[in-house]
Amino acid sequence: MDEHSANIVDLTHIEKTFGAVRALAGVDLMVSRGECVGLVGHNGAGKSTLMNILAGTLAADAGEISIGGKPQKHYSVAQAHKLGVRCVFQELSLCPNLTVAENARVLHPSIAGWGWRKQAGRLIREKLDAIFPDHGISTDSMVGDLPIGKRQMIEVARAFTVTKESVRLVILDEPTSSLDSHRAGQLLAHVRRAITDGGACVLISHLLGEILEYTDRIVVMRDGKVVAADRAAAFSRDRLVTTMGATAAGRTGRADAGTVARGSTPVRVRAQPVRQSDGFELVAHQGEIVGLAGLAGHGQTDLLLTIFKAAARRTAGVKISDPVALIAGDRQSDGIFPLWSIAENIGIRSIKNLRRGRLISPDLETRFAESWRDKIKILTPDLRNNILSLSGGNQQKALFARALGSEARIVLMDDPMRGVDIGTKLEVYELIRSEARAGRTFLWYTTEMEELQNCDHVYVFRNGRIVADLRRDELSEEKVIQSSFEEAIHS
Amino acid sequence: MTSLAGASTLRAVVAEVNTPRRILRAILPALSLALVVAGIAWFNPRAISYFGINLMLNLGIPVVLATIAQMFVITVNELDLSIGNFVSFVGCVAAIWLRENPVLGVVILIGCIGLYALMGAVIYLRNVPSIVVTLGMLFVWQGLAVLVLPRPGGKAPAWLHDIMNLRTPYVPFPIVAAVVIAAVVHFGIMQSSYGAILRGSGGNPNAIGRAGWSLLRTKVVMFLLAGIFGVLSGLSLIGLTTSADANIGKGYTLLSIAGVILGGGEFVGGRVSPIGAVIGALTLTLAGTLLNFMRISPDWQVGAEGAILIIVLAARALINRAGPGVLSHK
Repeated sequence: MDEHSANIVDLTHIEKTFGAVRALAGVDLMVSRGECVGLVGHNGAGKSTLMNILAGTLAADAGEISIGGKPQKHYSVAQAHKLGVRCVFQELSLCPNLTVAENARVLHPSIAGWGWRKQAGRLIREKLDAIFPDHGISTDSMVGDLPIGKRQMIEVARAFTVTKESVRLVILDEPTSSLDSHRAGQLLAHVRRAITDGGACVLISHLLGEILEYTDRIVVMRDGKVVAADRAAAFSRDRLVTTMGATAAGRTGRADAGTVARGSTPVRVRAQPVRQSDGFELVAHQGEIVGLAGLAGHGQTDLLLTIFKAAARRTAGVKISDPVALIAGDRQSDGIFPLWSIAENIGIRSIKNLRRGRLISPDLETRFAESWRDKIKILTPDLRNNILSLSGGNQQKALFARALGSEARIVLMDDPMRGVDIGTKLEVYELIRSEARAGRTFLWYTTEMEELQNCDHVYVFRNGRIVADLRRDELSEEKVIQSSFEEAIHS
Repeated sequence: MTSLAGASTLRAVVAEVNTPRRILRAILPALSLALVVAGIAWFNPRAISYFGINLMLNLGIPVVLATIAQMFVITVNELDLSIGNFVSFVGCVAAIWLRENPVLGVVILIGCIGLYALMGAVIYLRNVPSIVVTLGMLFVWQGLAVLVLPRPGGKAPAWLHDIMNLRTPYVPFPIVAAVVIAAVVHFGIMQSSYGAILRGSGGNPNAIGRAGWSLLRTKVVMFLLAGIFGVLSGLSLIGLTTSADANIGKGYTLLSIAGVILGGGEFVGGRVSPIGAVIGALTLTLAGTLLNFMRISPDWQVGAEGAILIIVLAARALINRAGPGVLSHK
């Protein structure tokens, strides 16, 4: 291995596509010895995909990976470990049914034979002591019994443990998301110490303060590309926000701004996130399209599901006045019935009205589906065909037809337009607007700025709480990003 | 910051409370076995003797071995519905060929173990549910067993019969065998360093894969071990009964699953306990005897065994739910 090479990692022109989605469109990334690189970007910018490729858990479609100056032909997880590349993944990679010491062993095949448990325990305990003094974790504890914060500490400490191969690069993907500010500070201080010893680090975080304070160089990604890379000192908070945000695609503004003044129509939904402690709540009136924004996984889906459940059973913190329908985000697992026909998939939510006597009438079902096919243009020769015969966008239209054809006056949308082509999107936006004019209420969780432009009102979520409440005229991409990334100073 | 410190002390307290809960859970299988033994002693004190225990627990050994085989499969989040019929088939092979043509018999048994390993590979590589694969194999084993031994009969090799009727000093052989099996498997799967990887691949396969371990290998190893213990179960059964029948081990499938769960194992998540599984298998074996002593007619015994299972699992669910929550509820 070439110990003199200054560059630990050289990625050139890495490409990766998932189905129709281009996650990485030719990314170059260089990390040199003794450097901490901050990687930032909005949802779906490709950060995690890139790090998975670097850690060997995903194979790149094209491009070159070279570690320590040596080009890697068959790069794999095992190879990455051998070369000293470690990754702390966003979703934790510990086995809950093993003890802390056993989990440490998982990363070190060389710990074996008599006394391996003691050896592994000592290894992880020493690292925990070094990074998080007074951590209070026993190495014999079952990981599944520990709170999430401690698990994250274990995982981070484990990534820095050394047996045979020295650690050259540690990738930390949102390592502080479950740590309090005290522990996060200890971790970041350790990162600085580790890189002065000749290691390197890639830090992904949505806390821009951490990035600006603790990294040497910042790489900004957007839409699967690197859009800026510079010394950390050259960036400011504002510059980061604007570089991350400017949308490449042209905006599709609302065709009409003929909205009703807020408050003139009755309230349909009132809901408070479980973790909201300041009494703030989400309010949606009749005929409104309300957007739920913020980074992915910050409580938007949870709130939608709580509202959905409240329709069946009284739930604390949620008040709704009408029947509710939910359009799922993960079409394949939560949306369609893959063995059923298109007509059956559309009719299932309205089955009560499609009966003759006690039985479902296929006639009524087909007629019902036909009326929706014409209304929202589902492209199919026959509604009796299997739902999977439709393209992704048309499957999504069928799910919209299912919700809109029902008696539900409140429609919850859990980022339903993922992976749908732009033409279909525009049609569906129009459909949503016309349904809203007719008095339906929409709650729309979306990670795309373009879709928020269709909303009358936007709530921004962070860490399971509503942190901003923006009217249509106040809405700007910068504001949404600003509040999504705002530091949790007083927590 | 004060609220944070408060939260962390609270968590520490919760962790403290967790530990006795885990101990309680771990001794639950032993407790149920003790209850069954106490019941037997109550109804028939003479049963608790060297000879009595030998008689009652003899048929427990094949059940213990089949339960351990099932436990290996459950560790990696799969289920083996064919183990009972596999044990029957092994029994038929042992009663027919192992005595007359030992080489052929051994080759067939080794081939069976290989087939189990192959099953593990297919389940992992093709991502098919193990229930489907093993349900199919159930009929394969059953058919093969009937082909080998259309009518009950055959004869166990003498050495097998001798092993199973060993007279150990002071402690009855079935207890010695159970302790040895529990100790060996406990060491292999709970104490060895690769055992941690095997269990981890049931707890979080992604984590094991990301650390560079082969998940194909863990799955194959576990099915291979299941095959080996299935063969041992069939051999020990024939050693005891001396002759075979194509359906001799049929009840073992459900008995083995019940034994694993009774012993503190979970269907998913890699949480298993070999010692618990052995105890669970013995409990189920003795439960039948206890019900006999209680003069419960055989018609009701299956239902009574089910009731025992439900009671123990309910107790476990209560222990799981009890913890910090209960204190505030009551």
